[in-house]
Amino acid sequence: MSSGERQAERLVMDAGDIARAVTRIAHEILERNKGVQALGLVGIRTGGVHLAYRLVKRIQEIESASVPIGELDITLYRDDLSLRKEQPVLRKTSVPFDISDRIIVLVDDVLFTGRTIRAAMDGLIDLGRPAEIQLAVLVDRGHRQLPIKANYIGKNLPTSREEKVQVMLEEAGEDDRVVILKP
Amino acid sequence: MSLKRKDLLSLAPLSVEEIRLMLETADSFKEVTGRDIKKVPALRGRTVVNLFFEPSTRTRTSFELAAKRLSADVINFSPSSSSVVKGETLLDTARNIEAMQADIIVLRHPSAGAAEALARGVKSSVINAGDGWHEHPTQGLLDLYTIRERGLSFEGLRVAIVGDVAHSRVARSNIHALVKLGAEVRLVGPPTMMPFGVEKLGVGVYYDFDEALRGVQVIMMLRLQLERQGKALFPTIREYARLYGLTGERVKLAEPGVIVMHPGPINRGVEIAPEVADSLSSVILDQVANGVAVRMGILYLLSGAN
Repeated sequence: MSSGERQAERLVMDAGDIARAVTRIAHEILERNKGVQALGLVGIRTGGVHLAYRLVKRIQEIESASVPIGELDITLYRDDLSLRKEQPVLRKTSVPFDISDRIIVLVDDVLFTGRTIRAAMDGLIDLGRPAEIQLAVLVDRGHRQLPIKANYIGKNLPTSREEKVQVMLEEAGEDDRVVILKP
Repeated sequence: MSLKRKDLLSLAPLSVEEIRLMLETADSFKEVTGRDIKKVPALRGRTVVNLFFEPSTRTRTSFELAAKRLSADVINFSPSSSSVVKGETLLDTARNIEAMQADIIVLRHPSAGAAEALARGVKSSVINAGDGWHEHPTQGLLDLYTIRERGLSFEGLRVAIVGDVAHSRVARSNIHALVKLGAEVRLVGPPTMMPFGVEKLGVGVYYDFDEALRGVQVIMMLRLQLERQGKALFPTIREYARLYGLTGERVKLAEPGVIVMHPGPINRGVEIAPEVADSLSSVILDQVANGVAVRMGILYLLSGAN
């Protein structure tokens, strides 16, 4: 493959880095919320769901207590639906517990413009009235277009707008790693 | 994959992948219709016009509810209260509606091909909600969805479609889709109600109901259009009911766990016995409930910017 076709890829987190970040975030969630009482995790499809399951597993190992988990598809809440020529494929939302009066930690892989999180909060509130919504992300790459901030961050990653950040996970058939793709 | 069509006019030209996409999209909306707040903002600011040239409560209400749950604005337009009685053509009526910025037009019309003609003449997306004896694609899709929801797979599925096949747009949509998906379709009815040459679609034709029911996993009853009596299609309603009515005894001839479907409105005691319509095998009300989710999915998929 010629160098012109292949995008330059720079490794910014390896499997060990991701595992340590997940462990630290799990501890931070427990510390901030003083345990698992009234806690629930909701992953944003697709990367966020995998991370949410990892966090729940870690929390279980630390605290020996289980935390309910849900999966949220935000497509129907996107702010660019009316601009698109073809509508994106929907995946199912499945939040099998009542989120009302719970502290919900939204989980996503990359925090970028903040538009996904805005959509996710709208989607969540259609399911009930949480006591509080917190946000956990593996990577915060900056360039926010909305006033949104994460409570738990695996890694702050300075990027330029044109770069692409990709989180690859075992659950999706990749080796665990985070890379920056240069345009 | 995403849907690259402007309109949904019939199931005949769709690929298996397109049908599967429509069914999977309906899954997401089934979840939405099960919530306390059954509304999502996906079609905010869009306008859906129900243009119905034939009386219909079920289909029109289902489309209206589907559009409203997607946050679209809905207008119901029926010819008795419009300028159609003053001699305006279908296309002119539609162009007027389009000029009011309708994004999607849902058309029910007594003439086969009306939706197709309309779709060619307007930029808005057109959904066929039944055109003459041709097709009723969203009914076909909601039937497929209901079968799939019961955990049945289409490959090799044995389905009997029973009644006035010749005059049924519901039957035609189902035949096209089920055959495409690999099901074994058996058409059952008197010769006067069987379209000439229908075997070419890849279906079996049966005149003996009991024989056709053997091993069948889905029984799809069609409404007997009582207004057709006297047109030499069947001598008496009583005779029709005896030969082609679905009774509890007949259900036992099919595969155990068979599901019974009907597009409604049902004629109790004619094509379907009350004890069957109200039995556990009947999924008639599931069909109605699924209709809203399936139509939400279609509206969503066709709502891309034009």
